[in-house]
Amino acid sequence: MSSSVLYDAPGPKARVRNRIFSVVGALAVLGLIVFAVVRLNAKGQFAPEMWDIFNYAGVRTSIRDGVLTTLKVFAVAAVLSLLLGVLLAVGRLSDHKAVRWFATGFIELFRAVPLLITIYVLWVLFLTYRSDLGLSGDNTGFWALVIGLTVYNGSVQAEVLRAGINAVPKGQREAAYALGMRKTQVMMTVLVPQAVRAMLPTIISQLVVTLKDTSLGYVITYQELLFQLQQLAGNIVVNDDNPYVPVIIVGGAIYIAMCLALSALATWIERRGRRAKTGIRVADAGQPLAAADALDVVDQPAASVPDDASAGKAN
Amino acid sequence: MNVLLDHLPQFREGFLGTLSLTAASAALALVLGIVIAGFRVSPIPPLRAFGTAWVTLLRNTPLTLLFLIAFFVIPQIFFPGTSPFVLATGALGCYTSSFVCEAVRSGINTVPLGQAEAARSLGMTFFQTLRMIVLPQATRTVIPPMSSIFIALTKNSAIAGAFSNTELFNVSKLLSDKGFAIGWIFLWIALCYLVITFAISGLFRLLESRLEVAR
Repeated sequence: MSSSVLYDAPGPKARVRNRIFSVVGALAVLGLIVFAVVRLNAKGQFAPEMWDIFNYAGVRTSIRDGVLTTLKVFAVAAVLSLLLGVLLAVGRLSDHKAVRWFATGFIELFRAVPLLITIYVLWVLFLTYRSDLGLSGDNTGFWALVIGLTVYNGSVQAEVLRAGINAVPKGQREAAYALGMRKTQVMMTVLVPQAVRAMLPTIISQLVVTLKDTSLGYVITYQELLFQLQQLAGNIVVNDDNPYVPVIIVGGAIYIAMCLALSALATWIERRGRRAKTGIRVADAGQPLAAADALDVVDQPAASVPDDASAGKAN
Repeated sequence: MNVLLDHLPQFREGFLGTLSLTAASAALALVLGIVIAGFRVSPIPPLRAFGTAWVTLLRNTPLTLLFLIAFFVIPQIFFPGTSPFVLATGALGCYTSSFVCEAVRSGINTVPLGQAEAARSLGMTFFQTLRMIVLPQATRTVIPPMSSIFIALTKNSAIAGAFSNTELFNVSKLLSDKGFAIGWIFLWIALCYLVITFAISGLFRLLESRLEVAR
């Protein structure tokens, strides 16, 4: 392990010690797993009847419906939040004070408030003024979830994009102006495309957060995957017990598979971007900082670019 | 305005609830995260695998699902009679620990290899190297991401309110059920969260300037 800061390449003594620790560590991890399995087994969660529920068409249908609803919410919210992100990012960099202030205020407010509260407030508002808005039935939950996800993730995407726009080399903007382009043209045909390209891994990582956050629909009793799972587990009784463990294991696996697929896409795009020789620095695929601020994402490129620019000038 | 003044005790209780939940789960997340990060950089394969599995599973699971596990599975199967506060702290702490772990790990990775090699060639022991050379430099890099992790934790703690914990979301839910104007409640709750998150980011900025090391 000479590649680590913390350890030298192990010598004979260290190798023996490491082997002992390996055995002890493996036993400890195994012990944890065995404890969990024994307790679950004692409560009858591994009884075949518990797992038999997935053979019923009704159970499978409601899980499928849950997945489809989750994906529907995610798709609409992803598209809308990206659109809103571009709008807000451009607004934050606008020359007009009023536009700039509005965009900044919007971003700061909705990034600071927990998404759950935004969604809940929208839901109550939609329920209260349902008839005036022409909403009915399930629609209130759907739109509360979609609009909540959109304003929150749109704000975060806007910060990511702004960092990307600021990271585009200054010469690009100057050259575009020198060609006689208008401000809007410079932004839309020169800066935003390069920013999106550089920030694509981060943008997709944030989409993973959007996907995970669709589960907040559970709180406003919207019928997405998590709500369906809870309903299933709560309503089915097997051997005088609710099949929470099988349902959560299956549901968790579905969520993890969806998120991992999206993360893998981000990593793949990052690697592609690094291979291409466009001179644009591609952001790290990073981690889906759950519901986190894009603060550390924003600081990095913005901090690194002035260095490059000043270095260029000094030469 | 009236909503706030008439229900000041409730708001205060919610505010304190959010604060204590955040503090408790931040402490848990910090301890767990550092331990798991230690696992992930250790030369011991089973622990490394455990750390990787922990991070991958928790980072890709919705927090709401973890709350569901905490409130419907843990009390029935493992530890009956656990209080909602402990359950919520467990769910939030475990979830956040995976992000803390990744921040700590990448912090350790940013320390140049030469630093440790130099320390070793001076004859420092492993713990001396760790305490005097690697950790001080790693801490400096870890602080900014840690700040956003804890701000995210504050906001995530709202989910605990949906699982019968008294905190700000719970208060807003109770008041809006009573029929108060949701717009005003929203404004006051937003203000409360702003106070907490500003305090956290201020605290971390202070820490950052205190712990600055020259590279």
